[in-house]
Amino acid sequence: MANVLINVPKTARRGEVIEIKAMILHPMETGFRPGTSGRIIPRNIIERFTATWNGTEVFSMAMSPAIAANPFVSFFAVARESGTIALRWTGDEGFAVEERVAITVA
Amino acid sequence: MKAARAVLGLVALFAATWAAAQGTLETRRSGYQDMGPALRQMQDDDTANPGMLFVQLGDQAWSRPAGTSGKSCADCHGAVAGMKGVAARYPAIPPGADKPVDLGGRINLCRTGRQQAEPWPAENRDLLALEALVALQSRGEPIAPPADPRLAPFRERGAEIYRRRQGQLNLSCAICHDDNAGKQLAGVVIPQAHPTGYPIYRLEWQTLGSLKRRLRNCLVGVRADAWPLDAMEYVELETYLMDRARGMKIESPAVRP
Amino acid sequence: MTACKLQRRTFLAGTALVTMLPAAASHATPEAMAAAIKEVVGNATVREGKVTLDVPPLIENGSTVPLTVSVESPMSEADHVKAIHVFNEKNPQPYVFDATLGPASGKAVVGTRIKLGDSQRIVAIAVTSKGEFWSGSADVIVTLAACLEEMT
Repeated sequence: MANVLINVPKTARRGEVIEIKAMILHPMETGFRPGTSGRIIPRNIIERFTATWNGTEVFSMAMSPAIAANPFVSFFAVARESGTIALRWTGDEGFAVEERVAITVA
Repeated sequence: MKAARAVLGLVALFAATWAAAQGTLETRRSGYQDMGPALRQMQDDDTANPGMLFVQLGDQAWSRPAGTSGKSCADCHGAVAGMKGVAARYPAIPPGADKPVDLGGRINLCRTGRQQAEPWPAENRDLLALEALVALQSRGEPIAPPADPRLAPFRERGAEIYRRRQGQLNLSCAICHDDNAGKQLAGVVIPQAHPTGYPIYRLEWQTLGSLKRRLRNCLVGVRADAWPLDAMEYVELETYLMDRARGMKIESPAVRP
Repeated sequence: MTACKLQRRTFLAGTALVTMLPAAASHATPEAMAAAIKEVVGNATVREGKVTLDVPPLIENGSTVPLTVSVESPMSEADHVKAIHVFNEKNPQPYVFDATLGPASGKAVVGTRIKLGDSQRIVAIAVTSKGEFWSGSADVIVTLAACLEEMT
């Protein structure tokens, strides 16, 4: 869990709607800012965030340069079965991070 | 009738002096109180405060061996919870030294002196992460500068810097942060400038930063030349500011605009 | 003949000069936002309602503005929000984010933090599984602190 802060309840009741929050360290450089040289700093953003529950996608977000640095996302998902929630971020410059959290649903 | 009025008068006088004896009304405000509800909420929620991302990095750094010693912070200090109260009493003069260091300076002394590792430069991410982790252990604790008489000349120099006019705008810290705190400047409320939440996640920086970095922004603000990064002025000013904020609660890692 | 030649040369020189001038940075405008919205909804009717934007009416720094979009929906197999698209009208480009949801979401609520370059309106469009388009909007005032890193 190097540069990612994830908040998922460890357990949930079957059918409960849980909130998942995730924040990742990333500059989200818009590609519109001039640097001190006067030249535009090249764009470097996360383009997509995806959440899967035991392999099935439950949420995704296409991000634009208008998403703030160190992007924070919160969303909801229905707790159906125990297993693994996988969170994936991909973007410019080959950025690809995946983190997995276990959840017990009873 | 006259007697009743006299008694009432005495009771009122007693109540007033009793109230006054309870101590002066706290007029100091943290920058937290000058922010809108959205930013206060961002700071209060540990699952959403961007500073907590750096605290997590600090937690990893705490257990990571460093330098030729192969030792981590944990190897000497144990669990980081033992650092409670530490951030509340910095800057301080370390053993064997004759001038104070700030918290980042103290961490670097551990790196060079105990871990045989290279010191981290100012605003280094790992350094800030450890500062955030250590400062978090003092969250809720009152700021309590050490009662070290050797700090007095540094604190006095800090007070002198605070009151000195500087820069092309010829403003002193006191003019904005004492005389005009609470009023608006460029659409935002001027805070009293108590360093209760460092290192802070400043939205302007889009990252965590130290008091030194914030003070440099102030110097740019008054169009003064920022002092070199290793200047004692920053530590002297912080020594004064922490004394000025004595008793106020640490709220690190804070969020600020 | 000479006069024509001269005029042509001047014209060509002028054109060359103009193409060398730095192009103005593209800026979203309400028209650009409308065009971006049209890409999503096509010619369908967009109804105002069901979509709430929770965003501070005034933020002290536009670089990190908390935003939560909520859409009233049963989120059932038969009737759920498939997507939420958020747009802005004054940033350099009109998109903010596109979220994909489904019955597994349970609630059509998405929170994030966005950048706003100026005080402006944000618009959110929700697309439902029944092919409906609902919209909501919010206005945000963006201020800026003094004493920044660089002189502005």
